[in-house]
Amino acid sequence: MNEKKIRVLVAEDDSDLMEQLDLYLSRAGYEVLKAYTQEEAEKIIAEKDFEAAVLDLMMENPDSGFVLSHKIKKTFPKKPVIIITSVTKETGFYFDKQQDKNNWIKADTIIQKELRFEQLEKELKRLLGR
Amino acid sequence: MENGKENFKLKILIVDDESGMRDGAARCLKSLSFKETDFPEKISFEIFLAETGEAALKEIKEKSPDIVLLDYKLPDMNGLEVLQNCDSTRFLTIVITAFASLEVAITATRRGAFDFLAKPFSPDELREAVKKAVKNIFMSRKVRQLQEEKSRIRFEFVSILAHELKSPLAAIEGYLRLIDERVKGEQMASYDAMVKRSMERIISMRKLINDILDLTRLESGKKKRIIEELDLGEISLYVYEGLALKAAEKKLKFELNYPEKFKFAADKEEMEMLFSNLLSNAVKYNKQGGEIKLTIEKKDEFVSISCSDTGIGISKEEQQRLFGEFVRIKNEYTRNIEGSGLGLSIIKKIAAIYNGEVKVESTYNVGSVFSVKLKELYLSAKSAAPVNRLEVL
Repeated sequence: MNEKKIRVLVAEDDSDLMEQLDLYLSRAGYEVLKAYTQEEAEKIIAEKDFEAAVLDLMMENPDSGFVLSHKIKKTFPKKPVIIITSVTKETGFYFDKQQDKNNWIKADTIIQKELRFEQLEKELKRLLGR
Repeated sequence: MENGKENFKLKILIVDDESGMRDGAARCLKSLSFKETDFPEKISFEIFLAETGEAALKEIKEKSPDIVLLDYKLPDMNGLEVLQNCDSTRFLTIVITAFASLEVAITATRRGAFDFLAKPFSPDELREAVKKAVKNIFMSRKVRQLQEEKSRIRFEFVSILAHELKSPLAAIEGYLRLIDERVKGEQMASYDAMVKRSMERIISMRKLINDILDLTRLESGKKKRIIEELDLGEISLYVYEGLALKAAEKKLKFELNYPEKFKFAADKEEMEMLFSNLLSNAVKYNKQGGEIKLTIEKKDEFVSISCSDTGIGISKEEQQRLFGEFVRIKNEYTRNIEGSGLGLSIIKKIAAIYNGEVKVESTYNVGSVFSVKLKELYLSAKSAAPVNRLEVL
C-alpha cells in the first residue's frame, strides 16, 4: 500500500472549485498540484512532473484550457488531459469530442462544469488505466 | 456585404422588349457614378437584360437582382404579371410605362413597385430613379447590419453573464455535495468554512445581478432621472458608511478631502452608484492597514473626483483591459476578492452620461488612483428653480 501517490495538475481559477477538487482528489488518493492561472499552470508543465491534468477551459484567457492541453500533449502525447468547462450549447460554443470537426482539441475528455466529483474521478481512473 | 470597405455590388435587371431601350439603359447605368459623400463604399453594377416577361422571371430566379427596371408592356405579359409571378419583395422595381395611368401606378405600387418612369424619359431621369433605389437598398442593408451587430453584442453579453452566474452556482453546488457526502465526518463545525464560502458566493451573485440591473438601466436610458442639487461630500460619506464594516476588518483609514462645500446638479441614485463602485473597489483591493483618500473638487462646471487607494495596484497591460465588461483582473492577489467585473463599466457609463471621463493611474503593488470628471446636468435647473427638482426623460 505504500505506493507513490499519483500527481495531478489541476488548473482552475475559481478558488472554491479548486478547494473542492483538491479535497476530493486528495481523498481519492491523488496528490494535487494547484495552478490558479494559466501562467502558473504553464510553469508547472515546464518544471514539474505529473501523471494527469484537469484543466478549466476559461481562465485569464477564454481558451486557457485548450492552450494548456496543447502544451501538455505536444511533449507528452499519452498524458491524460481532462478539460472542465461551463461553456455549453446554449452559448453557441459547444465542444464535443465525439464530433470530427473538433479533433483539434487535444484533450482526452471534456466534462461540463456541473460535474460530479465521482464522474471526474472515474474518468481519471479510466484514462490512467487503473 | 460584411465589410464596409468592400465594393457595394448591385445587380440590375433591365426588362424591355425594345433592344434600343435595353442597351440605352445599360449604357446609361454604366456611366452612373456616385459621390463619395453619399456612399462610403464603391458602388458597381452588374447588368442583366431580358426581352420578355418569361425571360425576366427566369433571370429573377437565377440571378436574384437587387433592382429591376421593368417595362410595363411586354410581348407575353405585362409588368404587373411579372411581379405577381415572383417574390417581388426581394428586389426594388422601377416600372417603366408609356401609359402613365393612375390605375397602373396604384396597382403596381400594391404589388411592390418602388418607383415609376414614364416613357419617354431622359438618361438623367433614369439615373436619378436608380440612384434613389440604390440609396434605399444601401440604407436598409446598413440598418440590417446594425441590427445584426446589436443582437450579436447582446448575445455575447448574455453568454458571458450566464458563465458568470454558473461559476458561483457550481461552487455552491460543489460544497453542498461535499457536505452531503459528509467528506469531513459528522461534526457540523468541520463544514463551517464551506458554508461561509457558499454564503459569500451567494452574496456576490446577488451583487452581480444588481450590477447588471444598474448597468442596463443606465444603458437603456429608460431610467427616470431626477436632477437635483446635491452635496457630493455628504453622499460619499453616506456611501462609505455602508462599507465601514469591511473597511474596519482591514483597518483602513479613510480621508475625505472636500475643500469647499458646493452643490452639484445630478441624479442622486447615479451619484450613489458612482461613489459606491469607486469606494468599494478602494476597500476591496486595498491592503491591510491601508488608506483611502477621496478628493472632491469643483472646477467651473466640472467636478473632479479622485479616489486613491494603497492597494495591490494594476499593471500597465491590465489597465488596458480594465474598463471592459466582466473584466476581472486575475492574479494571486485578486483570487479571493469577489466582484462582478461590472463596477468600472458602471462608473464609465455614468461618466459618459455626465459628459465626463474616467482615468486610472496605478502602480503595481503600490496603489491606484481613479479620477472621474463629471459635468453638471441641466445647469438651468439651478436658476429656474423655485422648485429644485427637474425631471428629465
